[in-house]
Amino acid sequence: MKLHEIAHSRTGDKGNISNISVIAYRQEDYPLLEKEVTAERVKDHFREVVRGKVIRYELPQLGALNFVLHDALAGGVTRSLSLDIHGKTLSSIMLEMEV
Amino acid sequence: MNKTKTIRIGSGAGYSGDRIEPAAELAKKGKINYLVFECLAERTIALAQKARKSDPEAGFDPLLEERLRACIPACRENNIKVITNMGAANPVSAMKKAAGVLKEEGIKDYKIAAVTGDDILGLIGELDAEFIETGESLENYRKQIISANAYLGAAPIVEALRGGADLIITGRVADPALFIAPLIHGFGWEMNNYSLLGQATVMGHLMECAAQVTGGYFADPGVKEVSGLDNLGFPIAELNSDGSFSISKLPDTGGIINAATCKEQLLYEIHDPARYLTPDVVADFSQVIIREAAKDFVEVHGGTGKKKTGMLKVSVGYLDGWIGEGQISYGGAGAVTRGQLALNIIKKRLINLNIDPENMDLSIIGVNSLYRDGKHRGAPAEVRVRVAARTPGYDEAVKIGNEVEALYTNGPAAGGGVSKHIREVVAIKSILIPESLVRPEIHYLTI
Repeated sequence: MKLHEIAHSRTGDKGNISNISVIAYRQEDYPLLEKEVTAERVKDHFREVVRGKVIRYELPQLGALNFVLHDALAGGVTRSLSLDIHGKTLSSIMLEMEV
Repeated sequence: MNKTKTIRIGSGAGYSGDRIEPAAELAKKGKINYLVFECLAERTIALAQKARKSDPEAGFDPLLEERLRACIPACRENNIKVITNMGAANPVSAMKKAAGVLKEEGIKDYKIAAVTGDDILGLIGELDAEFIETGESLENYRKQIISANAYLGAAPIVEALRGGADLIITGRVADPALFIAPLIHGFGWEMNNYSLLGQATVMGHLMECAAQVTGGYFADPGVKEVSGLDNLGFPIAELNSDGSFSISKLPDTGGIINAATCKEQLLYEIHDPARYLTPDVVADFSQVIIREAAKDFVEVHGGTGKKKTGMLKVSVGYLDGWIGEGQISYGGAGAVTRGQLALNIIKKRLINLNIDPENMDLSIIGVNSLYRDGKHRGAPAEVRVRVAARTPGYDEAVKIGNEVEALYTNGPAAGGGVSKHIREVVAIKSILIPESLVRPEIHYLTI
């Protein structure tokens, strides 16, 4: 199934770094997220966009993961040539991941 | 001050262009003690600095007057203190403007404060620093720099509250500082009680984007339903003196507050949740507990913090050339193929204009403009070709859109709806400086 069925997500930006949360709707689905949605998989999932490293932080009591994607915004909001300069739409593509 | 009472804070704006009437509703019916307007994005202050350069009285938020007229009379009536960073690049000028506007509204015996000191452009010439983002030396950018603003902490706002200000207008201040200053003032917290400041920072972070915690930027029909998005209520935080708090909204407004909306906002623009750096504290969000206590009523505790780093982040704005952009649409059978043909033509034309492909962004909206590899396949009914390119000067930037427009007579069949756009790039990067280099000042004006 797609991550979209069991989790929700929001993207934030700071400079050229994007952060994307992945939050389980139900606490019982969190272990699956922790097991399957690894930093490596996220890096591969966004291979066309992210040039730098991907770091994952875990917040089990919230059923949430936070991914920090370095060099992911084509230079950042102020310089980017992209349509979505903030990378705000990246959360939706995160939820396309198969788990 | 009575330590058992609670403090209620309303969030009146999540960004400079935000809706105004939800803030006015909070002022009238929210039973709040403070109303905070956070209106200053990373880039906004650099643009404001540019505006101030051409007009010494300019450089503050363009909606200052409209917001004050809509909200201050009710704030005055209900004894609500107002804190905002709408001063942007020119808090003193914003204070004078506010005084004029509020006099017209019939407000009297009202003390306005402006906080300055965040503008350190004058120091930039002597600083030896590297950009946090890239490690490049500031030296290489010196000639292009147009702004340098340090993120101030809560201290000068607390001082202005102690000085009896009814309305406090700042420039660049860390967003959570706007929200934690009333607590330091009202509860008499010490500035070195980092555990309390960390917990309060959780509140500031949840509140600073206004409707982003009350159901805005959340709806996903089928999985995340939100009703009343046309009439979203802005959030109210009610704090106890131990820093624990609830988030709610006015009952007759749209939107939703639940654990999910709070979790999304808690992690918004956060890197390491255990180390959220602000000028006042290294806040730790990693153990935060969010509890749905009632409909649209959530309780939050468990935030903490450690000693501040003593360093302040400074946003440095610099001129970085121009971006020209053009768009054109194609529809029907073969729309994507004709769009791709259009991009191929433009790419060759721009290379002939000496634009490096590295400085071009060529995409088809509907296919691959957001996600480079086009995650969704299939034939869209219509597509929009988009070309953007970075150029050193304005004249070259004009040519980007013109090349797209020339596709009318020189490109694939049946292209339509050309639009063109040019903007000067004010880029932002950050440096860190010791807080001792920055001296906040408070100016008062009573009407």
